[in-house]
Order: sequence, then C-alpha cells, then structure tokens
Amino acid sequence: MLQPQTRQEGQSSSRSPATAASKRTGAQVIWEALVREGVDTVFGYPGGAIMPAYDALPGYPIHHVLVRHEQGASHMADGYARSSGKVGVAIATSGPGATNLVTGIATAMMDSSPIVCITGQVSSAAIGSDAFQETDITGVTLPITKHNYLVTRAEDIGPALRHAFFVARSGRPGPVLVDITKDAQQSSTYPQWDSAPLRVPGNARDGRPPRRELDRAIELINSAERPVILAGQGVLKSESSQQLLAFAENTGIPVASTLLGLSGFPATHPLSMGMMGMHGEAWVNSSIQEADLLIALGMRFDDRVTGKLATFAVKAKKIHVEIDPSEINKNVKVDVALVGDVRSALEQMLPRVEWRDRRAWVERIGELKGDSAVRDILSLPDNGRLLAAQVINDLWRITQGKALVVSDVGQHQMWEAQYYKHDHPRGLITSGGLGTMGFALPAAIGARFARPDAEIWVIAGDGGFQMTACELSTCAQEGIKLNIAIINNGFLGMVRQWQEFFYSGRYVATPLKNPDFVKLAEAHGLAGFRVTRREELADVVASARATTGTAVIDFRVEQEDSVYPMVPANADLHDMIRRPHPLIETADEP
Amino acid sequence: MNPEMKTPIPPGFWSRTFIVDVEDRPGTLNRVVSLFRRRSYNIDSLSVGRTERPGISRITLVVRADEDVAQRIEANLYKLVNVLHVEDITEAPSVVRELAFVKVNASHEERGEVLRWCELFRARVVDLHSASMTIEITGPQDKVDRLIEVLRPFGIIELLRTGAVAMVRGFDPQTAREGSPLDPSDEVAVNPSSAPTAISFQEIRR
Repeated sequence: MLQPQTRQEGQSSSRSPATAASKRTGAQVIWEALVREGVDTVFGYPGGAIMPAYDALPGYPIHHVLVRHEQGASHMADGYARSSGKVGVAIATSGPGATNLVTGIATAMMDSSPIVCITGQVSSAAIGSDAFQETDITGVTLPITKHNYLVTRAEDIGPALRHAFFVARSGRPGPVLVDITKDAQQSSTYPQWDSAPLRVPGNARDGRPPRRELDRAIELINSAERPVILAGQGVLKSESSQQLLAFAENTGIPVASTLLGLSGFPATHPLSMGMMGMHGEAWVNSSIQEADLLIALGMRFDDRVTGKLATFAVKAKKIHVEIDPSEINKNVKVDVALVGDVRSALEQMLPRVEWRDRRAWVERIGELKGDSAVRDILSLPDNGRLLAAQVINDLWRITQGKALVVSDVGQHQMWEAQYYKHDHPRGLITSGGLGTMGFALPAAIGARFARPDAEIWVIAGDGGFQMTACELSTCAQEGIKLNIAIINNGFLGMVRQWQEFFYSGRYVATPLKNPDFVKLAEAHGLAGFRVTRREELADVVASARATTGTAVIDFRVEQEDSVYPMVPANADLHDMIRRPHPLIETADEP
Repeated sequence: MNPEMKTPIPPGFWSRTFIVDVEDRPGTLNRVVSLFRRRSYNIDSLSVGRTERPGISRITLVVRADEDVAQRIEANLYKLVNVLHVEDITEAPSVVRELAFVKVNASHEERGEVLRWCELFRARVVDLHSASMTIEITGPQDKVDRLIEVLRPFGIIELLRTGAVAMVRGFDPQTAREGSPLDPSDEVAVNPSSAPTAISFQEIRR
C-alpha cells in the first residue's frame, strides 16, 4: 500500500547520489541533507525554479508524493508531523508554488507543528528584478514561520537545512521555510556535514522551572479544593500522556482538554471531563468557572477557550506550564508560571503531589454532568433523520475508538470533538488555531505516510472538503487507503448556525449546491457510498472500511442542525446557549 | 510641550529601554521590526549599529510597555533565531544618548541668543547660513527634548533625531557576553557576504 511508486525507467546512472567527499550539486545536497535528517517522504509539486532539485531526486531513498495543489503539500507535511512527532517536508517551486504553501504554513504556525518547506527561487542574479515566477517568499512568510532562509550558494544549502530542521523541532515547534535559488541548486560544492550541536539562543536557557516556582505550584495543588487540569496540545507534543495520567490519578484531579489537547488524556477515563471552550461540554465550562485552581498544561488560553477574559475563572488560582515564555500572562494573568517542557514539569511535580479527598467537588461536577446528559443529542428521540453527532458517535463505536481521525473545520469538527472519544495519543488531527477549511483530506494523506498501520478517517464538511478535494487524485495515484466521511448538510454549517443565532436567520452565501460526491469518488477511481438513514450506516461503513483504496461516504445529515452548547464570541464562559429539548423546560433558551 | 507627550499611553505604560544583540545578517532588522508591528508594540525609537564583536550588531529599542508587555517583548525577541541576547536596562544604571540636528531660523540679531542656549546645553553649531543655523546636540532624550523646546520659538526648519543608544555602566563583561555566539556551531553561513549596515529609525509621533 505504501510502497514507493515504481520509478520511471531510463534514469541515467550518472544521476545517482555521489559518493562521500566528492563534489555534489546543490540539488544533490538538498536530498542528502533530508536523508541525514531521517526524512523518508516529502510532499511536493515541481516547477521551473525547483527543477534541478527534482532532477536529482531519483536514487535517494525518499518517496515523493505528487500533490495537486501546493496547499495540499504543506497540509500533508503538517499531518505527517502531527501524527508522528517527526518533521514533515513540503516542496514547491518559486512564485505561485511558494505562495500556495502559505495557508498550510500559517496553519502549522498557529498549531505549533514542525514542518520544513523547501521552495525554489529564481537565480540569484535575477532576485529583485520581478523575474518570471519571482516572489519574495521569505518576506511573505516572515510572520508565519519560526524562521526562514534565503540560500543563494550551494555550500550554504546543507547548513541551512540542518539548521532549519533543528529550529522546526526545537522548543515550541513550528514551520520553517528554506528558499533556494536555482543557481544554488545547479552549482557544485564539496559539502561539509557538521555534526556539532546546534542551538538557538532563546531556547538555550535552562528549560527546567525554577525551584521556588515549583514549590509554589506544589503548595497550590496540594491545598486546592476544586482543581481542574486544562490539558493542551503541549501534552501531546512533549509525549507526556503517561505522566499526565499518573498525575491525575495520584491527585484525583479531573482533566479538561482543549480541542488540540484531545487524545492526550484518555476520554473514557473517569477523570476525563472532555473538551472546554466555545463548544466545550457545559459541565466542563461551568466547572472551570467554579474551580479554585486551574493547572494549565501546554495550552495558551486562546479566546475560543476562555470566553470573555474579564470573567474567566475569576475564583481560580492559575498555574501555567508552558514551553514558550511569550505565552505567559498574554491572555490570562497567572499566579505561577512554570516555563518549560510539560513532561519535565510533570515529572518534577509527580513525586511531590498528594491525593486529596475532594468528594464535594467530584459530586458537584457529577451534578453538572447529569444536568447536561438530558440535553444530549444522543438522548433525543429518533425521528428517522440522520444527525451528524450520531454519525460520529457510531463511527467511534464501530472503530472502537482506535481510529486516527483527521477533522476539517466547522460544525462536524465540534461534533467530532464531542462524540468521538479519543483514548490514544495523537488520535485526532485538526486545525485549531487557524481554523483552516480544506485541511483534513491533505493532512490525512500526510498522516497515512507517517502511520501506515493506522485506520484513518477523514471527517469533513461538504464545504471544506471541496476546498482541497483535488487531493482525491493524490489518494488515487498513491493507491493509499483513507476513509472519508463527508458530513453533508448542504450548508456552510457553522456560518449558517451563526446566521441563525446572531444574524436573524439570513442565510447569506451559506447554502451549497454540491457535486454528487459518490460520482466524484468514482471519477477518481475510488469507491463512493451514500448514507441517508441511520439504519444504513453500519453496513455502508463496513463496506467502506473493506475497500483496498480510499473510500468516500456521503452522509446526508440534518440540514439545519446546530452545535450545542455554544458560548457566543466574547461572552462569559458559563453563559452558554444550550440545546433545546422537547421534553424539558426550555425557558432559559434564547 | 513636546508633541510626543500628547500621545495617549495606556495606564502603567512607560518608556522602557532594551538592548538587543543580534547576528548581523540580511533581514535581521526586518524580523525585529516586523515582530513589533505584528504584536502592536509601540516603538519610540530604534537604532542599530555594529559592535566590537565582528558579525554582531546591537539594537537599542525604546518602547512603551508595562511590566507584562515588557516581559513578553523580551520573550518574543528571544524567539527570533538571529537574536542572541536581550536585556531590559530600564532600571539598570546605564548611559543613554541620542543625537539630533536642529536647523533653526536665526537672523543676525537672534544668533547670539541661540548660541547662548547652545552653550548652556553643550550643543554645537555644525552649519551656518545667513538666515539659519544647524545645531547638533547629544544627550539623554529629555535633554534633547528640552533644547528643541527652547529653540522652537525661533522657528524650526528641519529636525532629525537618531534613536537612543544605551550601554550599561561599570565593568560587567558577563552581562555583555551572555548568549554571545562564541560557539562556532551557531555560524550557519547563509549569505554571509553582506557588509554590516548602520540604520537608524526614529518614529515621529504626532
């Protein structure tokens, strides 16, 4: 399934990698540098200024995935990185190739995903002349990369790439771009592979939190009556799920997750509360507002998590464990800041934290939970129509919670977060910070190459899916297996929901006339299915899972369903719009 | 009054001076300035020049910030790969100087008075014309401000100010050298050819 494609016959043997200490072209140095960084797969699209590099690729043990749009390449590199923790690599040519990467780079920046983008650039003599396909891509990507490089000489390519990988994966990870001129790729050099350790001055500071801060944190934790752990993506990035589990169990403190933190703590664990924030569970948001201590682990108090800052958890002391010092006191003023890696902070705290009987707090959370359960969409009487939340909940049951789910952006993303219970780290990949529609399919293709054995489900809306649907061709060409669930409600659902709630139901530019997704799949040589009633779901899902290639399922769901609860933008976190329920009093509904 | 003082400043915000040692590479200044633009930090002044160490430039930044913002500025500067060392020297004993040229209307009769002010402020006359004088003044920001105020009634034709440059007083090589790239592995030779540049930038606030 994941075997590299059969190479085109007739490659000249003179193109094979040169032996050690001999002269190489800059193009060869690119691939050799990638091999040295452990790269086995790259996602890219050729073009004029990067052609010397492509010409040198055959012979190196790197599989190149040909995308259909460069945005796909940067999302694939991102999906590869998020599913594995390794650095993902995207390649594009100059000008439009490079600018097409930008959305994927910004997505990776917001969600701290380590990717390296390599772009071709016009020859150094032509830089600044507005040459054909020239774009100042280092200027364009300056605010959306951790760092970028313009390389104009063959001898600088190796060191720049080595540094780029180091920057991408060190500290708080993120995207790095290396722009390499065509003449640098074409000219020759004797590469020197330096193995001395690299450092970035800002990262060089000791990552361990100071003793005094740690003492204060322990004191707060051991004396808290109503504590909540807020687990962010830092738990996954630092691979500290085991430590978090031990910390929660040893102290008896319940765990709430951010959207990107989901799967860092087992969702079916009794101490797991679920997701917080704008579409978080009502009991989670209410508990945060009633808590006397928040232990924030690798999260950044995003506005979608806090609601109105002035009223966010005012009764709580806050401990912030965060690797990026610039996040401290940015949105929420904290009492103790432990700047450093989440895992090392947890490991230092673990031997010193104590279990404490907090029966009243646990009972209070149970009470809030019970109040929500009656409004749960799954408790609603079956009216025969297909609800997105049911689809996702059924997928969770059928896949036994073991699938790697890659969700897009919108209503289905929130339902996925609420109704697919992730128990295994890196079980969910989604665009949280930037909220990039079109992310899911390419990110899942990237994840496919990093996790060849995982069952992967793309869950996308009908709107977002069409933004990058061209990558179905990539699935077909690579012969890879993905399961794609299109949650098709014929609307840009989340915007429609906002129009319903906040714009008097004027559905401006949200109804969609969609293609026939089954035929679209078939046109790509892939399997296509449709589900319109819940009773068809199990059989169709079984058939889709059984196909050897990628399968697309068009789930025709309830058109005007909304995600509940919802904290309106900049409202108090406890001020939620709740799902109306036909069987209970709904006087408090808007 | 100095027009700068009329700019509304959030409560708790005051001028803070940072010294930032950076690798002298193309685009480094752009990265620093872009950071301030992107995060909406207010730059009062910024000046860049080379130092005694080859390949290292020092940026002196004067910004309006409260304690928290100042800490985040420092943390964000450290996230820039080309930044080697950042220090908030607002409260440290330090020497801070800026330079200004003031071209002022000065008829034959007024010249004596202008010269007396210059003497009091230890400013120098660097150009003379039948109807104007150009004065050079060096000093801390408030001294430059005050000279400009006393010259304003004569009619200022042209005014140019550099940003501040600052150095911590006393002998403390540790402070100055911490974080310097003495580790040769830091030297990634990407475009090392460009000559060091000295650029000054003064944001005139009206």
